[in-house]
Amino acid sequence: MLRKKKDWMVEVFVTLKPSVLDPQGTTVQRALHSMGYTSLTGARLGKYFKLSFAANLNKTEVEKQARRMCDKLLVNPVIEHYHLKISNDAKRAA
Amino acid sequence: MKFGVVVFPGSNCDHDCYSVVRDVLQQPVEFIWHKSKTSPRVDCLILPGGFSYGDYLRTGAIARFSPMLDMVLAHAEQGKPVIGICNGFQILLEAGLLPGAMLRNKTLTFICKYVPLRVESQLSPFTRHIPKGTVLNIPIAHGEGNYYCDQATLKHLRARDQILFRYAAPDGQVTSESNPNGSVDNIAGICNERGNVLGMMPHPERCMEPAMGSSDGLSIFRSLLNSARILA
Repeated sequence: MLRKKKDWMVEVFVTLKPSVLDPQGTTVQRALHSMGYTSLTGARLGKYFKLSFAANLNKTEVEKQARRMCDKLLVNPVIEHYHLKISNDAKRAA
Repeated sequence: MKFGVVVFPGSNCDHDCYSVVRDVLQQPVEFIWHKSKTSPRVDCLILPGGFSYGDYLRTGAIARFSPMLDMVLAHAEQGKPVIGICNGFQILLEAGLLPGAMLRNKTLTFICKYVPLRVESQLSPFTRHIPKGTVLNIPIAHGEGNYYCDQATLKHLRARDQILFRYAAPDGQVTSESNPNGSVDNIAGICNERGNVLGMMPHPERCMEPAMGSSDGLSIFRSLLNSARILA
């Protein structure tokens, strides 16, 4: 029986570089402290993208395209870092 | 000197810029839609303030890919003046015409008020005719004007005299208390190495005649016009 291939899924995690101050993260951390979570030692905000790619591409090509998208638009290298998670597992893609 | 005001979806200071160029500076001016692919026949391009593309993703990040940005890059490359105000500055940063990036204000609030700025450099035609140390009162209106660059870039900006305006106290002292948004080194405006591309968070177009509360913004445009006449 022929099973239809699942689209690739690329998850992009964007974080502020450690050297960049994060006013939003600091505010969230302060709020959590005031809620009683006193053992919290840090909170930083980032961005998360979920990208889908056609199933007929190979993984290398998917990664290449996703990285290009990050470098050109999704991530600002002056202030941000990113890493990718690539999968085409049906459960994960759900 | 002919001016062109680039209009993006979400620009909201485009008419202010247009009106002060026409009525206060009495210079020819036209609007240029961001989709335009023809080279603009103007001497100075203005990227106005606002919220291009709703500030989605990052401020200025989507506008940077408007077809008109290629024309802005070419215009700048020819050494012609470009001024990015507020969101326009953010777009110039995203486009790489100026170094650095913008972060949320350290207060996380949108700040709309007059701030004193100290003129720090006469490298650019926009400040060439304003004595160094002059304090200008010009309003800011932004939520993301917290200028950031790494130490190496800052060193470079300082060494090349590219920092044009710093947030200061009314007496001209640059202090941490006079920094409204957390910007590195109190930076309110910078130019490129050649000096023809200016990015600034304060809005000079909002203070161009006494009826507007201050006419300090006029000195920036007057300096530009004077520089052009001298060059001509």
